Amino acid sequence: MIAQAIRLTARKSRELLGFRLSYRTQRYLFIYLVLAFPLLYFLGTRLLPILYAFNVSVREWDLLSQEKPYVGFANFTALFEDEVFRKSIVNTLIYVLVGVPGQLAVGLAVALLLHNVRRFRGLFRTIYFIPYVTSAVAVSWVFRWILMRNGWLNETLLGLGLEPQLFLQSPRQAIYLVILTIIWQSIGFQMLVFLTGLEGVPRMYYDAAAIDGAGPWRRFRHVTLPLLNPVIVFSVVIGAISYLQTFGQVLSMTNGEPLNSTRTIVLHVYALAFQRFQMGSAAAATVILFVMILALTLLQFKLVRRKVEY
Amino acid sequence: MSTQIAAPRVPARGSPSGSRLGSLASYVALTLGTLVVIFPFLWMIATSFKLPQDLYSLRLIPETATLGNYAEIFEKAPFFSWIGNTVLLALITVTTVIVFDTMVGYVLAKFSFVGKSVIFLLIISTLMVPTEMLIIPWYLIATELGWSDTYWGVLFPGIITAFGIFLMRQFMESLPSELLDAARIDGLNEWGIMARIAIPLVKPAIAALTILTFISSWNQFTWPLIVLQTEERFTIPVGILYFSSELKDSASWILIMTGATVSILPLIALFLVFQKQIIRGIALSGMK
Repeated sequence: MIAQAIRLTARKSRELLGFRLSYRTQRYLFIYLVLAFPLLYFLGTRLLPILYAFNVSVREWDLLSQEKPYVGFANFTALFEDEVFRKSIVNTLIYVLVGVPGQLAVGLAVALLLHNVRRFRGLFRTIYFIPYVTSAVAVSWVFRWILMRNGWLNETLLGLGLEPQLFLQSPRQAIYLVILTIIWQSIGFQMLVFLTGLEGVPRMYYDAAAIDGAGPWRRFRHVTLPLLNPVIVFSVVIGAISYLQTFGQVLSMTNGEPLNSTRTIVLHVYALAFQRFQMGSAAAATVILFVMILALTLLQFKLVRRKVEY
Repeated sequence: MSTQIAAPRVPARGSPSGSRLGSLASYVALTLGTLVVIFPFLWMIATSFKLPQDLYSLRLIPETATLGNYAEIFEKAPFFSWIGNTVLLALITVTTVIVFDTMVGYVLAKFSFVGKSVIFLLIISTLMVPTEMLIIPWYLIATELGWSDTYWGVLFPGIITAFGIFLMRQFMESLPSELLDAARIDGLNEWGIMARIAIPLVKPAIAALTILTFISSWNQFTWPLIVLQTEERFTIPVGILYFSSELKDSASWILIMTGATVSILPLIALFLVFQKQIIRGIALSGMK
């Protein structure tokens, strides 16, 4: 006690003697020493590269030639005139428009079921989460093997007396199978997000609704869903951003085939940049992707702000 | 969680939507879903133990199982190097990410200074930029500086992460400022306060970030695919793609599934051990 009191008075007297400024200096020195390298790092590996990408996108940037002449928006017009790129934009939108609702629906269903049971909840949660931690490339090859011409699924269909399917070789089916693979891998994440949201809904809301005579469907429709709205908006935007960037699964499962029916913007970027070495056009395609993602994020801000009044 | 706490008080109704029948139906649906989730892994593992002549057999437990496929893939491709590279790169990434993200998260959560919100916004906004847009400049920079096809080339884009800073800041904000001030009055300098007071209190968050970073580094694909060219330097996901694309005849599916098993099982094991940390980390980053 006494020792502490002495230490305290010693400190007080030092402060009174004018050490206060040096304390402030020490504090600021600490803050800026911690932040200096990380800030330079983000500048060097994120902000400057973005500007660099814009610069590359308005040039004819062939990796093999010295000259990188400025061409204005020529890369962009060329991209939009390219049938394959237009196809990959449409495909990317299919990935988003089918994948996001699909992932949300499955994730919400699993979360509601889990919320409904008491025993083994932790075990189920663990199992459903496993695919999320595994490598997308390895998983893609597993699905490719299951879906191949005489793979497990076709053999099983045959065994049941049903018609075998083309699956990944079919221009109509392939894209939906790639989407299913991605959904399968993200169930765990989506379930967890909804589960956390559901745990935040106070039980008394359900009890009140039940006393008012609301059945399970009406309680879901009028209590659960509105209260989950912020979680849904968050999931839609995060999901859309990630489906807009679909790449690894497509490269592994179909490489964009058959007939470009599964080709995505990012796969197109990859082919342009690292197989044809046309960095200018590739960068232009990434700028288009960037604009799409930016628009989505701004939309989210708008939706979330409107939500606050609820 | 809330159901478990409320359950003793309302013994008749355990679940929000009520009836025992509904709960039974939930168990059935969840069990069916479990099969859908687990089956691809079981089929992958089963295939990896098969003999070539049993390739198209639909049995989940092969009549004669062999470990020969595992020996064969390690012979056919530098799987040992790939695993070593992946582990090494993941460990380095985890170390730098933890050191920097924790410190930056702490400063952004517990200090007020000029430009703080701008800095935070700047860091967070990098999360919106699609990686693909950065990959072309990174590739050009790496080629220019001679980093292409090196470990450093793989590492440099990921040594500090905006996601981790965000996560650590969330956790650090809940630290009581009075505690830090008390240490200041006791004469501890700022480095000491961070190292001895703040960081020990957010150990669970650090554990969560460690494991999440390790997993995402292990599974990282697009950038290593582009920056690496020498087969021996590949990471597991790049190696799997390379190895699988090279094999052409149908019997090689056994080897591909063996490779996939080698790349997937360590992470499933890791997840089962650390699932508490992983789930907490994701729940926290997702909700705030």
